[in-house]
Amino acid sequence: MSQISVNTSSAIGHAAAADIDAPIRIAVRNLNFYYSDALALKNVSMNFHDKQVTALIGPSGCGKSTLLRTFNRIYSLYPEQRADGEILLDGQNVLSPSVDVNELRARVGMVFQKPTPFPMSIYDNIAFGIRLYEKLPKSELDGRVEEALKKAALWNEAKDKLRQSGMGLSGGQQQRLCIARTIAQNPEVILLDEPTSALDPISTGKIEELIEQLREEFTIVIVTHNMQQAARISQFTAFMYLGELVEFGQTDKMFMTPTKKQTQDYITGRFG
Amino acid sequence: MVALSQERLVSSISAPVRRSPPKAFDRFFRIASLGSALLVLTVLLGILASMVYGGAPAFREFGLGFITSSVWDVQRDQYGAWVAIVGTLTTALIALVIGVPISLGIAIFLTQLCPLWLKRPVATTIELLAAVPSIIYGMWGLFVFAPLFARFIQIPVSNLVEGIPIIGTVLYASVPSGVGILTAGIILAVMIVPFVASITRDIFDQIPPVLRESAYGIGCTTWEVVRHVLLPQAGVSIIGAVMLGLGRALGETMAVTFVIGNANRLSASLFDPGSTIASRIANEFNEALGLQLNALMALGCILFLVTFTVLVLARLLIARVNAR
Repeated sequence: MSQISVNTSSAIGHAAAADIDAPIRIAVRNLNFYYSDALALKNVSMNFHDKQVTALIGPSGCGKSTLLRTFNRIYSLYPEQRADGEILLDGQNVLSPSVDVNELRARVGMVFQKPTPFPMSIYDNIAFGIRLYEKLPKSELDGRVEEALKKAALWNEAKDKLRQSGMGLSGGQQQRLCIARTIAQNPEVILLDEPTSALDPISTGKIEELIEQLREEFTIVIVTHNMQQAARISQFTAFMYLGELVEFGQTDKMFMTPTKKQTQDYITGRFG
Repeated sequence: MVALSQERLVSSISAPVRRSPPKAFDRFFRIASLGSALLVLTVLLGILASMVYGGAPAFREFGLGFITSSVWDVQRDQYGAWVAIVGTLTTALIALVIGVPISLGIAIFLTQLCPLWLKRPVATTIELLAAVPSIIYGMWGLFVFAPLFARFIQIPVSNLVEGIPIIGTVLYASVPSGVGILTAGIILAVMIVPFVASITRDIFDQIPPVLRESAYGIGCTTWEVVRHVLLPQAGVSIIGAVMLGLGRALGETMAVTFVIGNANRLSASLFDPGSTIASRIANEFNEALGLQLNALMALGCILFLVTFTVLVLARLLIARVNAR
Protein backbone atom coordinates (compact mmCIF):
# COMPACT_ATOMS: atom_id res chain seq x y z
CA MET A 1 0.00 0.00 0.00
CA SER A 2 1.42 3.36 -0.94
CA GLN A 3 1.92 6.08 1.62
CA ILE A 4 -0.44 8.97 1.03
CA SER A 5 0.50 12.25 2.57
CA VAL A 6 -2.18 13.94 4.61
CA ASN A 7 -4.27 16.31 2.63
CA THR A 8 -6.19 18.35 5.14
CA SER A 9 -8.52 19.99 2.66
CA SER A 10 -10.08 16.64 1.84
CA ALA A 11 -9.95 15.33 5.37
CA ILE A 12 -13.56 14.26 5.32
CA GLY A 13 -13.80 11.29 3.06
CA HIS A 14 -10.79 9.11 3.52
CA ALA A 15 -8.15 8.98 6.13
CA ALA A 16 -4.51 8.70 5.26
CA ALA A 17 -3.32 5.16 4.80
CA ALA A 18 -1.97 3.30 7.78
CA ASP A 19 1.75 3.38 8.40
CA ILE A 20 2.32 -0.16 9.55
CA ASP A 21 5.97 0.55 10.23
CA ALA A 22 5.21 3.32 12.73
CA PRO A 23 6.81 2.62 16.11
CA ILE A 24 4.58 1.28 18.87
CA ARG A 25 3.59 3.93 21.37
CA ILE A 26 1.28 1.95 23.63
CA ALA A 27 1.48 -1.79 24.05
CA VAL A 28 -1.33 -3.47 25.94
CA ARG A 29 -0.44 -6.90 27.32
CA ASN A 30 -2.90 -9.34 28.89
CA LEU A 31 -5.10 -6.60 30.30
CA ASN A 32 -8.00 -7.59 32.53
CA PHE A 33 -10.36 -5.06 34.00
CA TYR A 34 -12.87 -5.44 36.82
CA TYR A 35 -15.85 -3.42 37.98
CA SER A 36 -16.09 -4.77 41.52
CA ASP A 37 -16.20 -8.47 40.61
CA ALA A 38 -17.48 -8.20 37.06
CA LEU A 39 -14.84 -8.82 34.42
CA ALA A 40 -15.11 -6.07 31.79
CA LEU A 41 -11.95 -6.66 29.77
CA LYS A 42 -10.70 -10.16 29.12
CA ASN A 43 -7.06 -10.63 28.42
CA VAL A 44 -6.75 -7.81 25.89
CA SER A 45 -3.43 -7.42 24.06
CA MET A 46 -2.83 -4.95 21.25
CA ASN A 47 -0.52 -2.24 19.99
CA PHE A 48 -1.11 1.42 19.29
CA HIS A 49 1.17 2.95 16.70
CA ASP A 50 2.85 6.31 16.96
CA LYS A 51 1.14 9.22 15.16
CA GLN A 52 -1.72 7.07 13.97
CA VAL A 53 -5.40 7.20 14.78
CA THR A 54 -6.70 3.98 16.26
CA ALA A 55 -10.47 3.60 16.52
CA LEU A 56 -12.09 1.34 19.08
CA ILE A 57 -15.48 0.12 17.88
CA GLY A 58 -18.06 -2.32 19.14
CA PRO A 59 -21.55 -2.41 20.60
CA SER A 60 -22.41 -0.66 23.89
CA GLY A 61 -20.89 -2.36 26.88
CA CYS A 62 -18.19 -4.12 24.87
CA GLY A 63 -15.43 -2.51 26.92
CA LYS A 64 -14.07 0.03 24.43
CA SER A 65 -14.47 3.00 26.77
CA THR A 66 -13.18 0.91 29.64
CA LEU A 67 -10.03 0.15 27.66
CA LEU A 68 -9.57 3.85 26.89
CA ARG A 69 -9.97 4.77 30.54
CA THR A 70 -7.12 2.50 31.60
CA PHE A 71 -4.51 4.40 29.55
CA ASN A 72 -4.55 7.46 31.84
CA ARG A 73 -5.77 5.51 34.86
CA ILE A 74 -8.80 7.77 35.18
CA TYR A 75 -10.69 4.67 36.35
CA SER A 76 -8.71 4.78 39.58
CA LEU A 77 -10.94 7.65 40.77
CA TYR A 78 -13.40 4.88 41.53
CA PRO A 79 -12.11 2.52 44.20
CA GLU A 80 -14.23 -0.42 43.01
CA GLN A 81 -12.55 -0.49 39.60
CA ARG A 82 -9.21 -2.19 39.02
CA ALA A 83 -7.03 -3.43 36.21
CA ASP A 84 -4.29 -6.02 35.94
CA GLY A 85 -1.90 -6.80 33.15
CA GLU A 86 0.43 -4.33 31.49
CA ILE A 87 -0.01 -1.12 29.53
CA LEU A 88 3.38 -0.03 28.29
CA LEU A 89 3.61 3.63 27.33
CA ASP A 90 7.03 4.04 25.75
CA GLY A 91 8.03 0.88 27.53
CA GLN A 92 6.91 2.01 30.99
CA ASN A 93 4.02 0.18 32.62
CA VAL A 94 1.41 2.83 33.47
CA LEU A 95 -0.46 0.44 35.74
CA SER A 96 2.53 0.21 38.06
CA PRO A 97 1.80 1.81 41.48
CA SER A 98 5.02 3.81 41.27
CA VAL A 99 3.70 5.85 38.33
CA ASP A 100 2.69 9.41 39.23
CA VAL A 101 -0.89 9.49 37.91
CA ASN A 102 -1.04 13.28 37.69
CA GLU A 103 2.03 13.38 35.49
CA LEU A 104 0.70 10.42 33.50
CA ARG A 105 -2.54 12.31 32.83
CA ALA A 106 -0.61 15.29 31.54
CA ARG A 107 1.20 12.94 29.13
CA VAL A 108 -1.97 11.13 28.12
CA GLY A 109 -4.69 13.71 27.51
CA MET A 110 -8.36 12.83 27.41
CA VAL A 111 -11.42 14.40 25.82
CA PHE A 112 -14.82 13.22 26.96
CA GLN A 113 -18.19 12.48 25.43
CA LYS A 114 -19.68 15.75 26.59
CA PRO A 115 -17.80 19.02 26.39
CA THR A 116 -16.51 19.88 29.86
CA PRO A 117 -15.25 23.46 29.91
CA PHE A 118 -14.06 24.47 33.35
CA PRO A 119 -15.91 27.34 35.07
CA MET A 120 -13.34 29.94 34.04
CA SER A 121 -12.47 32.07 31.02
CA ILE A 122 -11.54 30.57 27.65
CA TYR A 123 -7.96 31.70 28.20
CA ASP A 124 -7.78 30.19 31.68
CA ASN A 125 -9.34 26.93 30.53
CA ILE A 126 -6.18 26.37 28.52
CA ALA A 127 -3.66 28.20 30.69
CA PHE A 128 -4.83 26.28 33.77
CA GLY A 129 -3.55 22.95 32.47
CA ILE A 130 -0.25 24.45 31.34
CA ARG A 131 0.33 26.20 34.66
CA LEU A 132 -0.08 22.91 36.51
CA TYR A 133 3.21 21.65 35.12
CA GLU A 134 5.13 24.60 33.79
CA LYS A 135 6.03 27.97 35.21
CA LEU A 136 6.00 30.27 32.20
CA PRO A 137 6.25 34.04 31.85
CA LYS A 138 3.02 35.68 30.74
CA SER A 139 4.10 36.31 27.15
CA GLU A 140 5.13 32.71 26.63
CA LEU A 141 1.92 31.47 28.22
CA ASP A 142 -0.08 33.73 25.87
CA GLY A 143 1.77 32.18 22.96
CA ARG A 144 1.03 28.66 24.13
CA VAL A 145 -2.66 29.45 24.56
CA GLU A 146 -2.83 30.95 21.09
CA GLU A 147 -0.97 28.01 19.59
CA ALA A 148 -3.31 25.51 21.25
CA LEU A 149 -6.39 27.40 20.11
CA LYS A 150 -5.03 27.57 16.57
CA LYS A 151 -4.28 23.86 16.52
CA ALA A 152 -7.79 23.18 17.74
CA ALA A 153 -9.19 25.42 14.98
CA LEU A 154 -10.84 27.67 17.55
CA TRP A 155 -8.59 30.71 17.41
CA ASN A 156 -10.58 32.67 14.87
CA GLU A 157 -13.81 32.21 16.78
CA ALA A 158 -12.35 32.77 20.25
CA LYS A 159 -9.56 35.33 19.85
CA ASP A 160 -11.83 38.29 20.63
CA LYS A 161 -13.39 36.75 23.71
CA LEU A 162 -10.53 35.04 25.51
CA ARG A 163 -11.60 36.62 28.80
CA GLN A 164 -15.19 35.41 28.52
CA SER A 165 -16.39 32.26 30.20
CA GLY A 166 -15.81 29.00 28.36
CA MET A 167 -19.38 28.03 29.22
CA GLY A 168 -20.67 30.65 26.78
CA LEU A 169 -19.39 28.83 23.70
CA SER A 170 -21.52 26.51 21.58
CA GLY A 171 -21.30 22.76 22.11
CA GLY A 172 -18.95 22.19 19.19
CA GLN A 173 -16.75 25.12 20.22
CA GLN A 174 -16.67 23.84 23.79
CA GLN A 175 -15.48 20.45 22.58
CA ARG A 176 -12.73 22.10 20.51
CA LEU A 177 -11.83 24.11 23.63
CA CYS A 178 -11.46 20.82 25.51
CA ILE A 179 -9.23 19.50 22.73
CA ALA A 180 -7.20 22.73 22.84
CA ARG A 181 -6.87 22.35 26.61
CA THR A 182 -5.56 18.83 26.12
CA ILE A 183 -3.05 19.58 23.38
CA ALA A 184 -1.78 22.67 25.21
CA GLN A 185 -0.10 20.32 27.66
CA ASN A 186 1.87 18.73 24.81
CA PRO A 187 0.72 15.21 25.56
CA GLU A 188 2.13 12.17 23.80
CA VAL A 189 -1.21 10.46 23.44
CA ILE A 190 -4.73 11.86 23.09
CA LEU A 191 -7.68 9.74 24.15
CA LEU A 192 -11.05 10.67 22.66
CA ASP A 193 -14.10 9.07 24.23
CA GLU A 194 -16.91 9.46 21.69
CA PRO A 195 -15.98 13.11 21.25
CA THR A 196 -18.71 13.89 18.72
CA SER A 197 -21.65 11.94 20.08
CA ALA A 198 -23.17 15.08 21.65
CA LEU A 199 -22.55 17.30 18.62
CA ASP A 200 -24.40 18.26 15.46
CA PRO A 201 -23.10 17.10 12.03
CA ILE A 202 -21.29 20.32 11.23
CA SER A 203 -19.44 20.41 14.54
CA THR A 204 -18.72 16.70 14.11
CA GLY A 205 -17.18 17.40 10.71
CA LYS A 206 -14.93 20.07 12.20
CA ILE A 207 -13.76 17.77 14.99
CA GLU A 208 -13.02 14.99 12.50
CA GLU A 209 -11.02 17.37 10.35
CA LEU A 210 -9.15 18.42 13.46
CA ILE A 211 -8.34 14.84 14.43
CA GLU A 212 -6.89 14.30 10.97
CA GLN A 213 -4.55 17.25 11.51
CA LEU A 214 -3.61 16.35 15.06
CA ARG A 215 -2.51 12.92 13.92
CA GLU A 216 0.64 14.52 12.52
CA GLU A 217 1.79 15.31 16.04
CA PHE A 218 0.02 12.99 18.44
CA THR A 219 -0.90 9.38 18.85
CA ILE A 220 -4.67 9.26 18.95
CA VAL A 221 -7.05 6.66 20.30
CA ILE A 222 -10.73 7.28 19.66
CA VAL A 223 -13.77 5.41 20.89
CA THR A 224 -16.69 5.77 18.53
CA HIS A 225 -20.14 4.34 18.02
CA ASN A 226 -20.17 5.56 14.49
CA MET A 227 -18.56 3.12 12.06
CA GLN A 228 -18.45 5.63 9.21
CA GLN A 229 -16.52 7.90 11.52
CA ALA A 230 -14.05 5.13 12.31
CA ALA A 231 -13.64 4.46 8.59
CA ARG A 232 -13.20 8.17 7.82
CA ILE A 233 -10.59 9.12 10.36
CA SER A 234 -8.66 6.11 11.59
CA GLN A 235 -5.68 4.18 10.30
CA PHE A 236 -6.22 1.24 12.62
CA THR A 237 -9.42 -0.21 14.01
CA ALA A 238 -10.04 -2.57 16.88
CA PHE A 239 -13.38 -4.35 17.12
CA MET A 240 -14.34 -5.36 20.62
CA TYR A 241 -17.19 -7.52 21.79
CA LEU A 242 -18.16 -8.55 25.34
CA GLY A 243 -14.86 -7.42 26.80
CA GLU A 244 -12.71 -9.21 24.27
CA LEU A 245 -10.67 -7.89 21.39
CA VAL A 246 -12.17 -9.69 18.41
CA GLU A 247 -10.19 -8.20 15.59
CA PHE A 248 -7.53 -5.57 15.17
CA GLY A 249 -5.96 -4.32 11.99
CA GLN A 250 -5.67 -1.61 9.39
CA THR A 251 -8.94 0.22 8.99
CA ASP A 252 -9.16 -0.22 5.21
CA LYS A 253 -8.65 -3.93 5.39
CA MET A 254 -10.95 -4.40 8.30
CA PHE A 255 -13.86 -2.64 6.66
CA MET A 256 -13.30 -4.25 3.27
CA THR A 257 -12.38 -7.77 4.26
CA PRO A 258 -12.90 -8.52 7.92
CA THR A 259 -11.45 -11.87 8.90
CA LYS A 260 -13.90 -12.69 11.67
CA LYS A 261 -17.58 -13.29 11.12
CA GLN A 262 -18.53 -11.24 14.22
CA THR A 263 -16.71 -8.24 12.83
CA GLN A 264 -18.42 -8.59 9.51
CA ASP A 265 -21.83 -8.88 11.16
CA TYR A 266 -21.18 -5.77 13.20
CA ILE A 267 -19.85 -3.54 10.44
CA THR A 268 -22.61 -4.58 8.09
CA GLY A 269 -25.14 -3.71 10.77
CA ARG A 270 -26.43 -7.16 11.51
CA PHE A 271 -26.10 -6.60 15.26
CA GLY A 272 -24.94 -3.94 17.69
CA MET B 1 -57.31 -20.88 20.13
CA VAL B 2 -57.93 -18.44 17.35
CA ALA B 3 -61.65 -18.54 17.98
CA LEU B 4 -61.16 -17.98 21.65
CA SER B 5 -58.98 -14.93 21.23
CA GLN B 6 -61.42 -13.49 18.72
CA GLU B 7 -64.27 -14.01 21.09
CA ARG B 8 -62.35 -12.18 23.81
CA LEU B 9 -61.61 -9.34 21.50
CA VAL B 10 -65.24 -8.96 20.56
CA SER B 11 -66.45 -9.11 24.13
CA SER B 12 -64.00 -6.45 25.22
CA ILE B 13 -65.29 -4.13 22.53
CA SER B 14 -69.00 -4.77 22.99
CA ALA B 15 -69.12 -4.63 26.80
CA PRO B 16 -68.65 -1.01 27.90
CA VAL B 17 -66.79 -1.21 31.19
CA ARG B 18 -66.38 2.50 31.57
CA ARG B 19 -68.02 3.58 34.78
CA SER B 20 -69.11 7.13 35.31
CA PRO B 21 -66.40 8.99 37.20
CA PRO B 22 -67.27 10.12 40.71
CA LYS B 23 -67.40 13.77 39.82
CA ALA B 24 -68.38 14.96 43.26
CA PHE B 25 -65.41 13.31 44.89
CA ASP B 26 -63.08 14.64 42.25
CA ARG B 27 -64.23 18.17 42.89
CA PHE B 28 -64.01 17.73 46.65
CA PHE B 29 -60.49 16.40 46.29
CA ARG B 30 -59.44 19.34 44.18
CA ILE B 31 -60.88 21.88 46.58
CA ALA B 32 -59.37 20.11 49.58
CA SER B 33 -55.88 20.09 48.15
CA LEU B 34 -56.20 23.70 47.05
CA GLY B 35 -57.37 24.53 50.57
CA SER B 36 -54.35 22.81 52.10
CA ALA B 37 -52.06 24.82 49.91
CA LEU B 38 -53.84 28.08 50.65
CA LEU B 39 -53.83 27.35 54.37
CA VAL B 40 -50.05 27.63 54.54
CA LEU B 41 -50.13 30.94 52.77
CA THR B 42 -52.90 32.20 55.02
CA VAL B 43 -51.06 31.16 58.17
CA LEU B 44 -47.87 32.83 56.99
CA LEU B 45 -49.65 36.06 56.11
CA GLY B 46 -51.67 35.88 59.33
CA ILE B 47 -48.54 35.56 61.44
CA LEU B 48 -46.85 38.41 59.62
CA ALA B 49 -49.95 40.60 59.95
CA SER B 50 -50.39 39.93 63.65
CA MET B 51 -46.71 40.57 64.31
CA VAL B 52 -46.88 43.89 62.48
CA TYR B 53 -50.13 44.78 64.24
CA GLY B 54 -48.72 43.83 67.64
CA GLY B 55 -45.43 45.58 67.07
CA ALA B 56 -46.91 48.72 65.57
CA PRO B 57 -47.36 50.60 68.91
CA ALA B 58 -43.67 50.14 69.70
CA PHE B 59 -42.64 51.37 66.26
CA ARG B 60 -45.03 54.33 66.63
CA GLU B 61 -43.71 55.19 70.09
CA PHE B 62 -39.98 55.00 69.34
CA GLY B 63 -39.85 55.34 65.56
CA LEU B 64 -36.50 54.51 64.02
CA GLY B 65 -35.05 54.88 67.50
CA PHE B 66 -36.44 51.45 68.30
CA ILE B 67 -33.79 49.94 66.08
CA THR B 68 -30.90 52.22 66.98
CA SER B 69 -31.43 52.56 70.73
CA SER B 70 -29.68 50.17 73.07
CA VAL B 71 -31.84 50.94 76.09
CA TRP B 72 -34.15 48.16 77.26
CA ASP B 73 -35.66 49.40 80.52
CA VAL B 74 -38.84 47.73 81.64
CA GLN B 75 -39.29 50.09 84.65
CA ARG B 76 -39.25 53.23 82.53
CA ASP B 77 -40.95 51.57 79.54
CA GLN B 78 -38.08 52.48 77.22
CA TYR B 79 -37.23 49.92 74.58
CA GLY B 80 -34.57 49.69 71.90
CA ALA B 81 -33.55 46.69 69.82
CA TRP B 82 -29.94 47.54 69.05
CA VAL B 83 -28.29 45.21 71.60
CA ALA B 84 -30.42 42.27 70.52
CA ILE B 85 -29.84 42.97 66.83
CA VAL B 86 -26.08 43.20 67.30
CA GLY B 87 -26.13 40.04 69.43
CA THR B 88 -28.12 38.17 66.79
CA LEU B 89 -25.82 39.21 63.97
CA THR B 90 -22.63 38.59 65.93
CA THR B 91 -23.56 35.09 67.10
CA ALA B 92 -24.75 34.16 63.61
CA LEU B 93 -21.55 35.50 62.09
CA ILE B 94 -19.40 33.54 64.53
CA ALA B 95 -21.44 30.44 63.73
CA LEU B 96 -20.76 30.92 60.02
CA VAL B 97 -17.05 31.64 60.47
CA ILE B 98 -16.63 28.43 62.45
CA GLY B 99 -19.30 26.25 60.87
CA VAL B 100 -18.92 26.90 57.13
CA PRO B 101 -15.29 25.78 56.71
CA ILE B 102 -16.09 22.63 58.70
CA SER B 103 -19.18 21.99 56.57
CA LEU B 104 -17.25 22.49 53.33
CA GLY B 105 -14.57 20.15 54.60
CA ILE B 106 -17.18 17.50 55.37
CA ALA B 107 -18.87 17.88 51.98
CA ILE B 108 -15.58 17.71 50.08
CA PHE B 109 -14.45 14.71 52.09
CA LEU B 110 -17.73 12.88 51.53
CA THR B 111 -17.94 13.53 47.80
CA GLN B 112 -14.28 13.39 46.76
CA LEU B 113 -12.11 11.54 49.24
CA CYS B 114 -14.18 9.29 51.41
CA PRO B 115 -13.70 5.54 50.92
CA LEU B 116 -16.95 3.80 50.10
CA TRP B 117 -17.32 1.96 53.40
CA LEU B 118 -17.00 5.16 55.44
CA LYS B 119 -19.44 7.23 53.39
CA ARG B 120 -22.65 5.92 54.90
CA PRO B 121 -21.57 6.15 58.59
CA VAL B 122 -20.27 9.72 58.25
CA ALA B 123 -23.30 10.93 56.26
CA THR B 124 -25.71 9.32 58.72
CA THR B 125 -23.94 10.79 61.74
CA ILE B 126 -24.17 14.25 60.25
CA GLU B 127 -27.85 13.82 59.55
CA LEU B 128 -28.41 12.60 63.12
CA LEU B 129 -26.72 15.76 64.35
CA ALA B 130 -29.51 17.69 62.65
CA ALA B 131 -32.08 15.62 64.53
CA VAL B 132 -30.79 16.60 68.00
CA PRO B 133 -33.42 18.90 69.58
CA SER B 134 -32.12 22.39 70.22
CA ILE B 135 -32.99 22.20 73.92
CA ILE B 136 -30.43 19.38 74.19
CA TYR B 137 -27.78 21.61 72.62
CA GLY B 138 -28.80 24.32 75.12
CA MET B 139 -28.54 22.02 78.13
CA TRP B 140 -25.32 20.48 76.99
CA GLY B 141 -23.97 23.93 76.22
CA LEU B 142 -24.85 25.33 79.64
CA PHE B 143 -24.02 22.39 81.89
CA VAL B 144 -21.13 20.73 80.07
CA PHE B 145 -19.61 23.03 77.48
CA ALA B 146 -19.76 26.38 79.31
CA PRO B 147 -17.84 25.27 82.44
CA LEU B 148 -15.18 23.60 80.32
CA PHE B 149 -15.03 26.64 78.05
CA ALA B 150 -14.59 28.94 81.06
CA ARG B 151 -11.86 26.81 82.56
CA PHE B 152 -9.82 25.89 79.53
CA ILE B 153 -10.43 28.79 77.15
CA GLN B 154 -11.79 31.92 78.81
CA ILE B 155 -9.49 32.06 81.84
CA PRO B 156 -6.22 31.14 80.07
CA VAL B 157 -6.97 33.35 77.08
CA SER B 158 -8.01 36.29 79.27
CA ASN B 159 -4.79 35.96 81.25
CA LEU B 160 -2.78 35.77 78.07
CA VAL B 161 -4.28 38.73 76.22
CA GLU B 162 -4.86 41.08 79.15
CA GLY B 163 -3.45 44.49 78.37
CA ILE B 164 -2.88 43.86 74.67
CA PRO B 165 -4.75 46.46 72.60
CA ILE B 166 -7.83 45.28 70.65
CA ILE B 167 -7.32 41.53 71.23
CA GLY B 168 -7.10 42.28 74.97
CA THR B 169 -10.58 43.77 74.73
CA VAL B 170 -12.24 41.41 72.30
CA LEU B 171 -11.10 38.22 74.02
CA TYR B 172 -11.11 39.35 77.65
CA ALA B 173 -13.61 37.90 80.10
CA SER B 174 -14.25 40.14 83.10
CA VAL B 175 -16.43 37.41 84.60
CA PRO B 176 -15.29 34.07 83.15
CA SER B 177 -18.56 32.22 83.55
CA GLY B 178 -18.38 30.32 80.30
CA VAL B 179 -21.59 31.76 78.89
CA GLY B 180 -21.50 34.62 76.41
CA ILE B 181 -21.61 35.65 72.76
CA LEU B 182 -18.75 33.40 71.66
CA THR B 183 -20.18 30.36 73.45
CA ALA B 184 -23.52 30.92 71.74
CA GLY B 185 -21.72 31.29 68.40
CA ILE B 186 -19.88 28.01 68.88
CA ILE B 187 -23.03 26.12 69.84
CA LEU B 188 -24.78 27.63 66.81
CA ALA B 189 -21.89 26.54 64.61
CA VAL B 190 -22.38 22.95 65.73
CA MET B 191 -26.09 23.30 64.99
CA ILE B 192 -25.72 24.63 61.44
CA VAL B 193 -22.99 22.21 60.34
CA PRO B 194 -25.36 19.35 59.47
CA PHE B 195 -27.52 21.64 57.32
CA VAL B 196 -24.76 23.38 55.45
CA ALA B 197 -22.74 20.17 55.06
CA SER B 198 -25.58 18.09 53.64
CA ILE B 199 -26.70 20.81 51.22
CA THR B 200 -23.17 21.46 49.96
CA ARG B 201 -22.71 17.71 49.59
CA ASP B 202 -25.83 17.58 47.40
CA ILE B 203 -24.53 20.51 45.37
CA PHE B 204 -21.21 18.73 44.76
CA ASP B 205 -23.08 15.55 43.86
CA GLN B 206 -25.05 17.43 41.21
CA ILE B 207 -21.90 18.47 39.38
CA PRO B 208 -21.56 15.99 36.50
CA PRO B 209 -18.88 13.38 37.23
CA VAL B 210 -17.39 13.95 33.78
CA LEU B 211 -16.34 17.48 34.74
CA ARG B 212 -14.46 16.11 37.71
CA GLU B 213 -12.94 13.40 35.54
CA SER B 214 -11.76 15.89 32.96
CA ALA B 215 -10.14 18.00 35.67
CA TYR B 216 -8.31 14.96 36.97
CA GLY B 217 -7.73 14.08 33.31
CA ILE B 218 -5.40 17.04 32.74
CA GLY B 219 -3.39 16.01 35.77
CA CYS B 220 -4.93 18.01 38.61
CA THR B 221 -4.50 16.89 42.19
CA THR B 222 -7.60 16.57 44.35
CA TRP B 223 -6.94 19.98 45.89
CA GLU B 224 -6.65 21.60 42.46
CA VAL B 225 -9.84 19.91 41.26
CA VAL B 226 -11.77 21.14 44.30
CA ARG B 227 -10.27 24.61 44.39
CA HIS B 228 -10.29 25.50 40.69
CA VAL B 229 -13.12 23.45 39.20
CA LEU B 230 -15.66 22.13 41.71
CA LEU B 231 -15.92 25.17 44.01
CA PRO B 232 -16.27 27.68 41.14
CA GLN B 233 -18.73 25.37 39.42
CA ALA B 234 -20.84 25.11 42.59
CA GLY B 235 -20.35 28.86 42.98
CA VAL B 236 -23.34 30.81 44.21
CA SER B 237 -25.11 27.65 45.31
CA ILE B 238 -22.58 27.31 48.12
CA ILE B 239 -23.45 30.84 49.18
CA GLY B 240 -27.08 29.70 49.16
CA ALA B 241 -26.24 26.82 51.48
CA VAL B 242 -24.36 29.19 53.76
CA MET B 243 -27.34 31.52 53.88
CA LEU B 244 -29.61 28.64 54.78
CA GLY B 245 -27.31 28.02 57.72
CA LEU B 246 -27.40 31.73 58.48
CA GLY B 247 -31.19 31.67 58.54
CA ARG B 248 -31.12 28.91 61.10
CA ALA B 249 -28.46 30.62 63.20
CA LEU B 250 -30.41 33.90 63.25
CA GLY B 251 -33.64 32.37 64.44
CA GLU B 252 -32.35 29.72 66.85
CA THR B 253 -33.85 30.38 70.29
CA MET B 254 -33.60 27.72 72.96
CA ALA B 255 -29.95 26.75 72.74
CA VAL B 256 -28.87 30.37 72.51
CA THR B 257 -31.06 31.46 75.44
CA PHE B 258 -29.27 28.89 77.59
CA VAL B 259 -25.73 29.91 76.82
CA ILE B 260 -25.69 33.58 75.86
CA GLY B 261 -26.05 35.00 79.36
CA ASN B 262 -29.03 37.24 78.56
CA ALA B 263 -27.54 40.59 79.41
CA ASN B 264 -28.77 43.76 77.77
CA ARG B 265 -25.49 45.43 77.26
CA LEU B 266 -23.16 46.06 74.41
CA SER B 267 -19.74 44.74 75.16
CA ALA B 268 -16.67 44.76 72.99
CA SER B 269 -15.66 41.38 74.36
CA LEU B 270 -16.88 38.17 72.76
CA PHE B 271 -16.53 36.46 76.13
CA ASP B 272 -19.16 38.73 77.71
CA PRO B 273 -22.82 37.84 77.93
CA GLY B 274 -25.28 39.45 75.55
CA SER B 275 -28.61 38.62 74.03
CA THR B 276 -30.20 37.93 70.68
CA ILE B 277 -33.65 38.88 69.44
CA ALA B 278 -34.89 35.33 69.92
CA SER B 279 -33.40 34.91 73.38
CA ARG B 280 -34.82 38.27 74.52
CA ILE B 281 -38.31 37.27 73.41
CA ALA B 282 -38.03 33.83 75.02
CA ASN B 283 -36.89 35.36 78.30
CA GLU B 284 -39.45 38.11 78.66
CA PHE B 285 -42.59 37.00 76.89
CA ASN B 286 -44.11 35.31 79.91
CA GLU B 287 -44.36 38.44 82.02
CA ALA B 288 -44.57 41.08 79.33
CA LEU B 289 -47.46 43.54 79.41
CA GLY B 290 -48.45 46.63 77.50
CA LEU B 291 -45.72 48.42 75.63
CA GLN B 292 -43.13 45.78 76.57
CA LEU B 293 -45.25 43.17 74.79
CA ASN B 294 -45.51 45.46 71.77
CA ALA B 295 -41.76 45.96 71.81
CA LEU B 296 -41.19 42.21 71.85
CA MET B 297 -43.63 41.82 68.94
CA ALA B 298 -41.70 44.50 67.07
CA LEU B 299 -38.49 42.58 67.78
CA GLY B 300 -40.17 39.50 66.36
CA CYS B 301 -41.13 41.48 63.27
CA ILE B 302 -37.55 42.48 62.64
CA LEU B 303 -36.31 38.90 63.08
CA PHE B 304 -39.06 37.55 60.85
CA LEU B 305 -38.24 39.91 58.04
CA VAL B 306 -34.50 39.29 58.28
CA THR B 307 -34.73 35.48 58.33
CA PHE B 308 -37.41 35.48 55.64
CA THR B 309 -35.22 37.55 53.32
CA VAL B 310 -32.19 35.38 54.03
CA LEU B 311 -34.10 32.17 53.33
CA VAL B 312 -35.64 33.42 50.10
CA LEU B 313 -32.22 34.53 48.87
CA ALA B 314 -30.75 31.18 49.88
CA ARG B 315 -33.36 29.23 47.94
CA LEU B 316 -32.88 31.36 44.86
CA LEU B 317 -29.12 30.87 44.94
CA ILE B 318 -29.35 27.11 45.49
CA ALA B 319 -31.81 26.77 42.62
CA ARG B 320 -29.25 28.24 40.24
CA VAL B 321 -27.01 25.18 40.09
CA ASN B 322 -29.98 23.03 39.08
CA ALA B 323 -30.89 25.44 36.32
CA ARG B 324 -27.45 25.17 34.74
